[in-house]
Amino acid sequence: MSSIEVNGKSIETDEEGYLVDRTEWTEEAAQILADQDELELTDNHWEVMHFLRDYYEEYQIAPAVRVLTKAIGKKLGKEKGNSKYLYELFPYGPAKQACRFAGLPKPTGCV
Amino acid sequence: MTENVTKKFLYVNRKAPYGTIYALESLEVVLIGAAFEQDVSVAFIDDGVYQLKKDQSTDGIGMKNFSPTYNALGDYEVTQIYVDKESLDERGLTADDLMNLVYEDEDDDYAEKSSISIVNRDELAKLMEQQDVVLSF
Amino acid sequence: MTLHTVNKSPFDRNSLESCLRLARPGHSVLLFEDGIYGALKGTRFEQLVTEAVKSNSIYVLLPDLEARGMRADKVIDGIKTVDYAGFVNLAAENTRVQAWL
Repeated sequence: MSSIEVNGKSIETDEEGYLVDRTEWTEEAAQILADQDELELTDNHWEVMHFLRDYYEEYQIAPAVRVLTKAIGKKLGKEKGNSKYLYELFPYGPAKQACRFAGLPKPTGCV
Repeated sequence: MTENVTKKFLYVNRKAPYGTIYALESLEVVLIGAAFEQDVSVAFIDDGVYQLKKDQSTDGIGMKNFSPTYNALGDYEVTQIYVDKESLDERGLTADDLMNLVYEDEDDDYAEKSSISIVNRDELAKLMEQQDVVLSF
Repeated sequence: MTLHTVNKSPFDRNSLESCLRLARPGHSVLLFEDGIYGALKGTRFEQLVTEAVKSNSIYVLLPDLEARGMRADKVIDGIKTVDYAGFVNLAAENTRVQAWL
């Protein structure tokens, strides 16, 4: 079991780097996970991460990339609801990487 | 040269939630399977109809309440959900006792439509006969 | 005295029927986990359970009812709801606990 250090507190992650307990997530934790991937977080990244956390709150799952893309398009507009935009933000996969930064489990239905 | 052949999949749910792992396992398999863009239907019969009971609240038993996830089925384009009327009847339940599961119909200006059909035994038998693959949980 | 416990749905197994057939008058019966479905009004088993209430004290575990989207007002008249502490008290009050799996 690995972990990340956030403000002097150790937060457990699984072997793929997802937080074990999503309630331990903070924005600082997201920042540290992004630093590990050498990714600079912008408002556009935060928008997607918060969208994912809201989706999880409502449905108790992290959506698959196809579902995420469609749902983002509906909520935030067509120019954001496409894979080009989302892959530019999260090059390791908009659902997988964004969910990891957002402290959520690996998306359900991502293969 | 290979044509992408769409097969008809039916998931049959016959177990109550929480008492066994079947209901949750099935839901996860349905969501994962939905990524393969097959023609997916889900049937709830016998104690399986209890999975769709609204107002589930698991705070008191220390288990995850996965009933909200059924509402995501529409997003995963699983829009054909069949509930056995006889199973509802013998449990004193009606359609009003179930969660209101909906999807947005892309071919109809994204109109919100109900995913749930209450069906009788003949309709269910016919549905089962039409499938390429039937998976039981 | 005996406390009988049933944690399976009566639609899935015959645990409840066997329990009620063999429980002595005066014995207590606790329905929990999927067993709570046997405590509800309107089911195929309502008549059987309503009969049993006349000779046995029947209890249902409230957290398991709520988890499954059921409320106390859906419970057959005469069945008492208990919480986990009540379950423990019942087990302590009786000389034996018999589980119908």
